[in-house]
Amino acid sequence: MTPVIEVQGLKKYFPTARGLLHAVDDVTLKIEKGKTLGVVGESGCGKSTLGRTIIHLLERTDGKIFLNGEDISDIQGRELKKAREKMQIIFQDPYSSLNPRYTVENTIREPLIVSKRFKKAEIDEKAAELMELVGIDNRLRLSYPHELDGGRRQRVGIARALALEPDFVVCDEPVSALDVSIQAQVLNLLRSLQDQKGLTYMFVTHNLSVVRHISDDICVMYLGQVVELCPSRELFKNPLHPYTQALLSAIPSVDIHNPNIPEILEGELTSPVNPKPGCRFAARCKYATEACQQPQVQRELSPGHFVRCCRAEELA
Amino acid sequence: MTETKNAPFLEINDLKVEYFTKESVVHAVNGVTLTLEKGKTLGLVGETGAGKTTVAKSILRILPDVGARIVGGEIKLEGRDLLKSSEAEMRQIRGKRISMIFQDPMTALNPVQRVGDQIAEVIALHSNESAEAVRKRAEDMLEMVNIPRERYSEYPHQFSGGMKQRVVIAIALACNPELLLADEPTTALDVTIQAQVLRLIAQLRDKLGTSMMLITHDMGVVATHCDTVAVVYAGSVVEYGTKEQVFDHPTHPYTIGLFGAIPNMNVDERWLHPIEGLPPDPSHLPTGCAFHPRCKYATEACRTGEVPTVITPDGHQCRCHNTDAVLKGEGK
Repeated sequence: MTPVIEVQGLKKYFPTARGLLHAVDDVTLKIEKGKTLGVVGESGCGKSTLGRTIIHLLERTDGKIFLNGEDISDIQGRELKKAREKMQIIFQDPYSSLNPRYTVENTIREPLIVSKRFKKAEIDEKAAELMELVGIDNRLRLSYPHELDGGRRQRVGIARALALEPDFVVCDEPVSALDVSIQAQVLNLLRSLQDQKGLTYMFVTHNLSVVRHISDDICVMYLGQVVELCPSRELFKNPLHPYTQALLSAIPSVDIHNPNIPEILEGELTSPVNPKPGCRFAARCKYATEACQQPQVQRELSPGHFVRCCRAEELA
Repeated sequence: MTETKNAPFLEINDLKVEYFTKESVVHAVNGVTLTLEKGKTLGLVGETGAGKTTVAKSILRILPDVGARIVGGEIKLEGRDLLKSSEAEMRQIRGKRISMIFQDPMTALNPVQRVGDQIAEVIALHSNESAEAVRKRAEDMLEMVNIPRERYSEYPHQFSGGMKQRVVIAIALACNPELLLADEPTTALDVTIQAQVLRLIAQLRDKLGTSMMLITHDMGVVATHCDTVAVVYAGSVVEYGTKEQVFDHPTHPYTIGLFGAIPNMNVDERWLHPIEGLPPDPSHLPTGCAFHPRCKYATEACRTGEVPTVITPDGHQCRCHNTDAVLKGEGK
């Protein structure tokens, strides 16, 4: 089956005063229809930039992007507009990603109007359907964002993203700003929408228990590069990259009788501006050797389990 | 004022705090009673707006002058009521006997003052040492939080988020406080940095024998770092006991709901179990138990009147009419 999204060697560099910032550097991955790829990593690792570059919110520096098997890397104009209808995004902060002067109904109607595919009556009908789909009471249709709580605002953001029936949705930290009880409501909603509509998600988050819950596959990013990519269960059972191992050990366990012993990483993230050619994690890695100063390639160590570490076999 | 020998180190009795505007009154803290023993860590958990930070700010008496008032209760530090202390006495206590780590290191530091000087300021305020001695102690504090002393003269913007939070910790610990109020000290940080910072706080706490109140919404952080736990909902403590009691036998429907809403790291579940409904608006709290509109165990008794605090079979406190039904799992 053709994957819904496939990227090859994707790069996104930002020019800064100090040099090129390698926000996304040589990322290759694909996501099958109806599946969720979780993207995890610390702030500044490029996970949000990756999502935004794939859906053409940011212009890529290099690499290829395929949507349903079609090369969309260089499309423009009408074709780009058509492709964007198929690729949507839900933003982290429901407070700043909604227009404060639009009512709930206006926000949801906007993409339907912009597409120019629907008549007025159809738009009204679809907007009402969408509100019901995401669980917003019809009585709230004339409310403004400031009158809604965080969970409802995020539901409005979800309805807006789904208005044009996309194939692929980037969920960029959609529950990070919400309290746990509300977070669970929104996660259940995203999953049930996926079941109903066969949606394909890229779920960007730094919350590891959330990503484990929602994802089929997980990709771990460190300073712009994918260091490990494999099915969700496999990642938590058998993490191979030293960074993934440290990351997973640092999650405080809720089980008081089996606490995690965190492996403390010394040092901080190094700068993604003009990075050295070798492994970007080497400076904090306790296993680093001479070989780690060479550029690292992404290798498939077992079927479906990709790692970017030259010592992964000996450490396994 | 009398100093009682056997009094707990910190004792909060029936604390009530309100925020008010011309139009409305927000009941932020509604009768919170807690104790903290010397050298122990108490976790305060709950959602945004539950009143956790207000409790901590009440202890230091740093609530805003306008718009907030402590309506009642006592906060006793070794038997002495801080709410009756004068402002001059409080100034001696703040930063010296009690200090606070604020949630957001990006805004807690002065952006136009050198980080070292920000640590030296609190030391100078509470000692009569010479300027050189103060500077040396500030440099020692930097080193204690793993920042090279050479960076004394840098500004906050030159530091990463984790380093800034370590500076905030250094300021809080500079005068060896007896009580540390840590308000979401790691919420703004990534997990690997969170692990660094929490380990550092734990090491310093053990070394200096500091008592700590740790405010968080992360059950994992509580599990790893606290001795006792108080679950706060709408300004009231709904469940209170040792970590083992609360984690092994959660009894309040809200606590049980919180545990159910977190994705479990060890079990694959297709659906999470959210708590239905929304946290209440603190300016219009429901009558009776504030949780009753969201509670599947709610009965007529929950809708009005006072809610009793019950002692559960394992000996911890739970503020609920229906603990028997909850423990039997009825009403699910």
